[in-house]
Amino acid sequence: MSGTAWEAVIGLETHVQLRTRSKMFCGCSSAFGAPPNTNVCPVCLGLPGALPTVNGRAIQLAVRAALALNCQVHVRSIFARKNYFYPDLPKGYQISQYEEPLATEGSLAFTSPDRGRVTATIVRLHVEEDAGKSLHDRFPKATAVDLNRSGVPLVEIVTGPDFRSPSEARAYLLALKEVLEYADISDCDLEKGSLRVDANLSVRRAGDTALGTKTEVKNINSFAFVEKALAVERDRQIAVLAAGGRIDQQTMLYDAKANAVRPQRTKEESKDYRYFPEPDLPPLVVPEAWLTEERTALPELPAARRERFATQYGLPAQDAAVLVQSRAVADYFEAVVGAGAEAKPAANWVMGEALADANARGGALRVPAGAVARLIALVKEGAVSHQAGKRVFAALAEGGGDPRAIAGSLGLLQVADINALARWVEDVLAAHAAEVARYRTGETKLLAFFVGQVMKASQGKADPKLVSPLLLERLGG
Amino acid sequence: MTAAADLPRVAADTADRLARAEPLKALLTPMADVRASLATQATRVTPAGALAGMPVVVKDNICTLEFTTSCGSRILEGYRSPFEATAIARLKAAGALIAGKTNCDEFAMGSSTEHSAYGRTHHPLDPERVPGGSSGGSAALVAAGAVPAALGSETGGSVRQPAAFCGVVGIKPTYGRVSRYGLVAFGSSLDQIGVFGRTVSDAARVLRAISGHDPLDATCEDRDALALPAEPENLQGFVVGIPKEYFPPDLDPGVRRACERALGLLKQLGASLREVSLPHTAHAIPTYYIIAPAEASSNLARYDGVRYGPRFDGAVDVRALYRSTRGQGFGPEVRRRILVGTYVLSSGYYDAYYRRAQRMRALIAQDFRTVFDRGVDLLFTPSTPSPPFKAGEKLGDPVAMYLADIFTVTANLAGLPALTLPIGRVDGLPVGGQLIAPAFLEDEMLEAAFALERVVPATGDA
Repeated sequence: MSGTAWEAVIGLETHVQLRTRSKMFCGCSSAFGAPPNTNVCPVCLGLPGALPTVNGRAIQLAVRAALALNCQVHVRSIFARKNYFYPDLPKGYQISQYEEPLATEGSLAFTSPDRGRVTATIVRLHVEEDAGKSLHDRFPKATAVDLNRSGVPLVEIVTGPDFRSPSEARAYLLALKEVLEYADISDCDLEKGSLRVDANLSVRRAGDTALGTKTEVKNINSFAFVEKALAVERDRQIAVLAAGGRIDQQTMLYDAKANAVRPQRTKEESKDYRYFPEPDLPPLVVPEAWLTEERTALPELPAARRERFATQYGLPAQDAAVLVQSRAVADYFEAVVGAGAEAKPAANWVMGEALADANARGGALRVPAGAVARLIALVKEGAVSHQAGKRVFAALAEGGGDPRAIAGSLGLLQVADINALARWVEDVLAAHAAEVARYRTGETKLLAFFVGQVMKASQGKADPKLVSPLLLERLGG
Repeated sequence: MTAAADLPRVAADTADRLARAEPLKALLTPMADVRASLATQATRVTPAGALAGMPVVVKDNICTLEFTTSCGSRILEGYRSPFEATAIARLKAAGALIAGKTNCDEFAMGSSTEHSAYGRTHHPLDPERVPGGSSGGSAALVAAGAVPAALGSETGGSVRQPAAFCGVVGIKPTYGRVSRYGLVAFGSSLDQIGVFGRTVSDAARVLRAISGHDPLDATCEDRDALALPAEPENLQGFVVGIPKEYFPPDLDPGVRRACERALGLLKQLGASLREVSLPHTAHAIPTYYIIAPAEASSNLARYDGVRYGPRFDGAVDVRALYRSTRGQGFGPEVRRRILVGTYVLSSGYYDAYYRRAQRMRALIAQDFRTVFDRGVDLLFTPSTPSPPFKAGEKLGDPVAMYLADIFTVTANLAGLPALTLPIGRVDGLPVGGQLIAPAFLEDEMLEAAFALERVVPATGDA
């Protein structure tokens, strides 16, 4: 098949779990990982006579998500029932929103690996509850149902058919995840299923404007598989069309193990959800105060922050991108600068030592920003070498304390005393008579070797800026 | 109020009276369970409560901790709710005794209590006739004098119609006046718990006890409990509207005579009478029979045999489990309405049926507002088009059965409070007169009911 002649057209529907303590329509905990069917009550079990009541916190977070994605927030929206039968759907319907969602007409700009800056349209953002979980592998020949997740609050974020390749779809998802994490809307933890993706995909000849017949790709259970699943489905469609066939509008399930898609059996499909307004809940009215509150609470979002890091701190785009990826890291960098460090060294230390330590230690930035700033100052004034600084950083991470005191106690403060330096130089030259002879016959590149030996003899404490002149003086004589 | 020392006697007497009413087949709870529970409850009653010592029977679609809640259905046979309805908790807090669960049409779908999986309830005055429905068991036990009051539920007249048939008082409060938490849903936008009483006062006292805001029901209005009016001397200044659509040419002549006599009495009490029109009335039954089944088809989806209730087995996969459980667990009328509801909500038909029905519902509500805005305080109508009919008479003809609710469904569609009280008898069978009031003006409706009750010969031939 000819890859250049075809292009994919992809739209994404992302389900995001809102960061609330309790569920969407009852007071049960929405925490992940509790023993099966322990975070449940009559409401989320769908017992006869139970009624839903709206979790205001979830609505606030949904409003924040809508604002973060530049959506138009509708002060009045309508809950609707989406009816279908499934054992892990205890009421036989999911409370969602349909004709009048919370928000519409948003956008999210991201960097496409193929096309540079692209703005995805957010067609709609609505609030809904999650279903429970069917466990097919717990008991032989039986399916078990865990309803802890039943009623957990979600927003569904639907894009237009805006992506032209699987990698572009992935880039959008990363940008979306970044925004949602930044604004504390969701922890976006993929292992816990707090961010799930369905996709619509069609292909067409590059240059065509009409859309081809689309399929829905479901069961993309992990973020890592998004690109693979979409590539598999794209290639399948291209192969069908290239062979003169036609695409059926259907739902394809992705099998990560086989890295293949298969059509959902029609019996598993319930296309007609018989949506109608949820009579148990009055129209959702977002108080004006919440809008104001969430607008104010909305932090600077990653794109704007990257821009500012480049202009305000003069950082290279690459540095800004690395620092801004996580709100905690970006805040940390700004705290180090705020404590008096220069921007570029601060960026280097945060991206280098601090991130390495955090990654090794489960994400915690263990050295206080003020200590990092003081360490940077020590290096800059030449009191410790860059190499020795790394050891000080490691000690600070383990036990805290003052950088200068630690450098002192570790014997890492650089020696600028000319007599001490002269002694090390003498010792090194005496111990390497052969190399000295070679140097004197013209092999001057051995100078670096002698500097290294002096540093080694001094256990890194010698100030390298002073060592070279001393060596030159002794060797050159 | 009943002195604390009398409570065990009240409990025992109530059990005796309910036992004597057993031939009516109005109670679903076994007598031994009723007797034992009443004895226990008598030791725990709130003695200072407004309803201290008042025994109240409860329709079987309202969740109780004391007794099972089957909704008159096989699919919930033996189901014990782990929580009780807000209305039940409030009754108990007011000192009432919960005296058992009453028979009803399955999931409140019916107008005769013949559609119960546990057999039909008999009319207390004529065992060949139906007590009305769906809350027929509650109505029959109040009429038989076994209890002074009962809870029922309304979606399209299921309290008022059996109350009228049995010759007792029945009140359907404004939608949002009483919490629906713990009322097993049928048509959620129409459902409301209602009350039966031997007198307007008994019914009103029970309604007062269960009314008021409940954070567990988002459709329950944020209002205080209903305030009970004093019984008025007369009805001077009241304007009573007589909607002409409720007096069609084919109205039962006995019902017409009783209504005309009641209207004459209202006039004697000082009320001025005014003929009015509610032009969309004719569309009420079709509108109701789209909206109620639509909501029911969704509300009843949860009965799938997966989590609770009996599971009708032999199923090889989950689809077969659904089919066998729902096919055998639901009776024919419930299945009919689920099919109708599923049909009217399906994507090709939603606009033609459900959306149009919602528009018509808005027009029906607007009819009432228009009349009330023009100075009418209350409406008076017959409660039912005929006196109680014979068992089996309408079972084979669902539309004829649906038309038994023709005068009551409008108040549910419009969310208005309405009340029926006995206004005489035809050939020994009770006739009910209905008062309909603007939303949340139950107090004015009760004033008129108090006054009319005092003067109307409720058991006299019309």
